[in-house]
Amino acid sequence: MRRLEPSESRRLAEHWASQIAGSTTRPWKIMEVCGGQTQTIVKFGLDQLLPSQIELVHGPGCPVCVTPLEMIDRALAIAQVPDVIFCSFGDMLRVPGTQGDLLDLKARGADIRVLYSPLDALTIARQHPARRVVFFAIGFETTAPANAMAIYQAERRGLTNFSALCSHVLAPPAMRAILQDPEQRVQAFLGPGHVCSVMGLSEYEPIAAQFSVPIVVTGFEPLDLLEGICLAVQHLEAGRSGVDNQYARVVQHRGNSSSQALVARVFEVCDRKWRGIGLLPNSGLRIRDEYRVHDAVSVFELGELTAEEPGECISGHILRGLKKPTDCPAFGNRCTPESPLGATMVSSEGACAAYHAYGRRSEPLIRLARGAAGVSS
Amino acid sequence: MCLGVPGRVLSREQEDGLLMGRVDFGGVSRKVCLEHVQDVVPGDYVLVHVGFALSRIDADEARKIFELLSELDQLGELQEPSTSLDVNPERQR
Amino acid sequence: MSAACPVPLGRYSHIVLGHGSGGRLSEELLEQVFLPALSSPVLARLEDQALLPFPREPGARLAFTTDSFVVSPLFFPGGDIGRLAVCGTVNDLCVGGAVAHSLSAAFVLEEGLLIDDLRRIVTSMAATCREAGVQIVAGDTKVVERGKADGVFITTSGVGVVPVGRSLSISNARVGDDLLVSGPIGDHGVSILSVREGFDFETTLLSDCAPLASLTQTMLEISPNIRCMRDPTRGGISGVLHDIARQSRVGIWIDEARVPVRDEVRAASDMLGLDPLYIACEGRLIAAIAPEDSDRVLSAVRAHPLGRGAALIGKVVGDQPGLVRMRSRVGGERIVPLLSGEQLPRIC
Repeated sequence: MRRLEPSESRRLAEHWASQIAGSTTRPWKIMEVCGGQTQTIVKFGLDQLLPSQIELVHGPGCPVCVTPLEMIDRALAIAQVPDVIFCSFGDMLRVPGTQGDLLDLKARGADIRVLYSPLDALTIARQHPARRVVFFAIGFETTAPANAMAIYQAERRGLTNFSALCSHVLAPPAMRAILQDPEQRVQAFLGPGHVCSVMGLSEYEPIAAQFSVPIVVTGFEPLDLLEGICLAVQHLEAGRSGVDNQYARVVQHRGNSSSQALVARVFEVCDRKWRGIGLLPNSGLRIRDEYRVHDAVSVFELGELTAEEPGECISGHILRGLKKPTDCPAFGNRCTPESPLGATMVSSEGACAAYHAYGRRSEPLIRLARGAAGVSS
Repeated sequence: MCLGVPGRVLSREQEDGLLMGRVDFGGVSRKVCLEHVQDVVPGDYVLVHVGFALSRIDADEARKIFELLSELDQLGELQEPSTSLDVNPERQR
Repeated sequence: MSAACPVPLGRYSHIVLGHGSGGRLSEELLEQVFLPALSSPVLARLEDQALLPFPREPGARLAFTTDSFVVSPLFFPGGDIGRLAVCGTVNDLCVGGAVAHSLSAAFVLEEGLLIDDLRRIVTSMAATCREAGVQIVAGDTKVVERGKADGVFITTSGVGVVPVGRSLSISNARVGDDLLVSGPIGDHGVSILSVREGFDFETTLLSDCAPLASLTQTMLEISPNIRCMRDPTRGGISGVLHDIARQSRVGIWIDEARVPVRDEVRAASDMLGLDPLYIACEGRLIAAIAPEDSDRVLSAVRAHPLGRGAALIGKVVGDQPGLVRMRSRVGGERIVPLLSGEQLPRIC
């Protein structure tokens, strides 16, 4: 296995672009579920390589964006407890709660550490037995095995000073919510490739059948996305629904059964509030009672927290694919990555943040290079 | 979500009852938890997310993109892609 | 005679507050650590100021710059804070077309710093000065309590001379200019990350930290039409490209396929969710060059030991001034945004 040369990437991209153009006879609306897929699309300008009839709509697969405001406030409260070492993925540092963010707290003296892996938090817990170590365990199903492993190992090794603040969300309920929304008009999905590497494909088959949509489980490289879009278009043109797997080098139908078993052992499914969308039943994971001593919600009794979102924010519509960031009057002026109003601007892979970062201030800029890219419409 | 990167397994060892391994990402290597990909051996590729291997990469599937490339080369389906910047088309390198 | 305890330096393996108090311990630190390494005739006079000859050539100008260095850890693959402190200031002088001449170095030492570590740092500074053809002619040391400085903070200031007729400026870039980078980007930033807590990964990648004096001289001898040069440190090459776009009021296009990035930097960036365009370098430069000279300058840079892997990565254009845009390796295009704040690793 080696990396592709730029000329090879270009050649393959042109191949997929011409396949897509050749297959498209009608307008289609396709949603990519994962925020990471949104980032790739915007970062590589993939939509510029597509015929204008294909509309890419951005989905809710951004765990940072959908973490409820109350959960951020809970994290901020815990991080301020004097003996706590608060560990987090980098993504969460700049997400604002009701009053400031973790980076602010760090500047004011809280012991907040950015980690690459939840397993590193266990090492810190072992090295500091007199301190309480808390790991901010966010993510979709992709991150659940690693977070579960950290909790499970803490239990096994008697690391009673370690706990996790869990805010896990599940992808299939989000997709159902989008499809059940009478306003939505998404016709096909690019499914979440890394979620499926863990969970497999079987949860998506009933969704595809019930709503008669093609779901093409897709990877994250620009060429993966182009191939996924091509397969989706071909299925749409042929009137086919069902689950297809573009990312077969990583995703197997059954997923990873060891990971699924560990996740089921440590977590249980629960209702979860999604920032911008609202409460979705059975859409999240919480730590099971047996592991309560490692559940930061129990360890740090903060009770119920409530928080109000700024009224102007339309993240809900954006996360459900009903509106684009450029449709929002606050986009780029009152709402920017430096001072975000809501969910989809707070994370670097939220649709609004991605649009802002990569310059999608207005539609004309997007159409910029259609001619140069040699794509016929 | 889900930044996952492919890496090549260099070694595997038990550590505190967990299967761990050294994985190379192309000149940068790191310790990764291999507990859920028990059947990997050094030389295999795994997909790694937050220091945790989620699955073994299927080498045959991974090769397909190179097979497609050589098919395209043989068919001569496309012209040589442009390598100069569009903004100044006279300057060819 | 003060009440300072006349204990010889050799008794101390670590810096103590007394080393900064101006008495016997300070003198010993100077004589036994700083002077042996940094010896220069000017420094050896131990005056309160260095006297330097003024440039005689009419039209020549004095270039003057300063920079502070607070890197942690102090020692990283391919360099240390001392080497960085010399290179940073020398490079700031050279990219402006100056021949760097003399530096000052001020140290804030943390109580508890290993004196052997300080020796290593100062020795490294001396070696780097020799490489760069400069001397340290003035210095200062202070000591602060444990916890108030990450081991050591170093501030270097530097003077140099810009010959008559040479005027490089960040506002000189013109439409049609080519943009050159002198080598692969992001090496320094990634080498630092590899030894930071929370990420540790192993790599043979070294920081690219190096003094660019002889490279800039070579380039300026080849062509009088180099509009500006800048070294991309914090903020990476994106920072410099934005500076050029803003100050010269021009647009910039770069081609992702042409930007040189080592495999190791690409691997670390992929793993941590970082973009190499924003990762620091410490031994690279970006230059805007008139198109008629850019091929010649590129050849000369590639032939220089510090310029292997140099490439022409983009062009200065007239439309959308202030904007930096990139053509991705698959053909689609986007804007390269200016980063607000530090680039943080991500999992999403």
